Amino acid sequence: MSFFAQFDFSVIAPSLPFLWEGLKFTAKLTLIAMAGGIFLGTLLALARLSSIAPLAMAATWYVNLMRSIPLLMVILWFFLIIPLLTGKPMGAETSAIITFTAFEAAYFSEIMRAGIQSVPRGQVFAGQAIGMTYWQTMSYVVLPQAFRNMLPVLLTQTIILFQDTSLVYAIGAKDLLKAAEIAGKNYGRPIEMYVFVALVYFLICFALSRLVKHFQARTAIIR
Amino acid sequence: MIQIDNISKWYGQFRVLTDCSTHVTKGEVVVVCGPSGSGKSTLIKCVNGLEPFQQGDIIVNAISIGDPKTNLPQLRAHVGMVFQHFELFPHMSITQNLTIGQVKVLGRGKEEAQQRALKLLDRVGLSSQADKFPGQLSGGQQQRVALARALAMDPICMLFDEPTSALDPEMINEVLDVMVQLAQEGMTMMVVTHEMGFARKVADRVIFMDNGSIIEDAATEEFFGTPRSERAQIFLSKILSH
Repeated sequence: MSFFAQFDFSVIAPSLPFLWEGLKFTAKLTLIAMAGGIFLGTLLALARLSSIAPLAMAATWYVNLMRSIPLLMVILWFFLIIPLLTGKPMGAETSAIITFTAFEAAYFSEIMRAGIQSVPRGQVFAGQAIGMTYWQTMSYVVLPQAFRNMLPVLLTQTIILFQDTSLVYAIGAKDLLKAAEIAGKNYGRPIEMYVFVALVYFLICFALSRLVKHFQARTAIIR
Repeated sequence: MIQIDNISKWYGQFRVLTDCSTHVTKGEVVVVCGPSGSGKSTLIKCVNGLEPFQQGDIIVNAISIGDPKTNLPQLRAHVGMVFQHFELFPHMSITQNLTIGQVKVLGRGKEEAQQRALKLLDRVGLSSQADKFPGQLSGGQQQRVALARALAMDPICMLFDEPTSALDPEMINEVLDVMVQLAQEGMTMMVVTHEMGFARKVADRVIFMDNGSIIEDAATEEFFGTPRSERAQIFLSKILSH
């Protein structure tokens, strides 16, 4: 019997609707954690760069703490601790979304901090000189430029985030990987399923990285 | 209009400004010159509070800059400033550069702001560049846009921080011409520059700074005739001989 004859890939087609549900959650988790993470990350970055010492310190602590704990542990801890604190259980999906947003915010904040610092100080002066307040200077002058400068890095981090979402399988949230595991068990064909989802992960990440290249060329500021 | 009283400023231990005092009355054009590192750029940035100072006070249009209760953004909205490196917003078109402050700070309507912007672009001779981006313009053109951006806010006075120092020689005049015109229209101006030709032509007074202090503060003819300090004499002889 040859090596390939051991596999039966015909089990994939009937599993597609089920896997699709898993992929939908993976996508939802990625998008929410990206949007929420960038939003909160930007606020964290502004806090870290602020001249208000307690604010800067709190933000620095948060970012360093999140970055020194393995993501899998944050996912597990949050999932286990919240029911103890609130007295009622939280769904694995909701727990995953909150954990990822909070965790990614730390990484996105480092990217945004670098982005904000990449905007020359003179730009801040120029905004202030025409009477803009701190928030106006940030929202109209600094952050739009920081975003453009950092877009490739933000997207790259999102690709990593997309791959990391597979960790939620540890708390039983039904993402693409979990769906593959269940389908694999149902048909007694786990290897075929894992090979297939690996291909799906690869194709999506590959497409996203091409998108990064495309954006890199398109959003560059003429200087 | 601008009253500077015994300003001192430190960067940590290093004293950059020492007891600087002067004043600019309405309609007056005052040129500030001096060797690099003498504190002139720092001084002019103190006037609209972009740089904080630790001692003394500056009163602009009867409002104290040093008073922590002063609403600095509100004050700056009416004090125009032009920078050495133009500092146009690179992600906005030329027109957007001129309208953003009018709309977001002054609360003008989009339509009105647009018209004002086009009028000012016409004035600095750049109407045809309205839809371009700063990076597509030459340095001289960018600086004229920066001037128009400041004027769009209807400033009561204008501050210039070495407006021509970053320009190629052939572009200096196109910027100076606009500044001369502005001065002749009666704009109150405080100008940090090495352009002594400009100073002679339009300045009412010249201030000479060295090592963070104002060494000389004299009427223009007096300054160019017989500077009192030896330091200013040496500076002048160097700068005028080339």
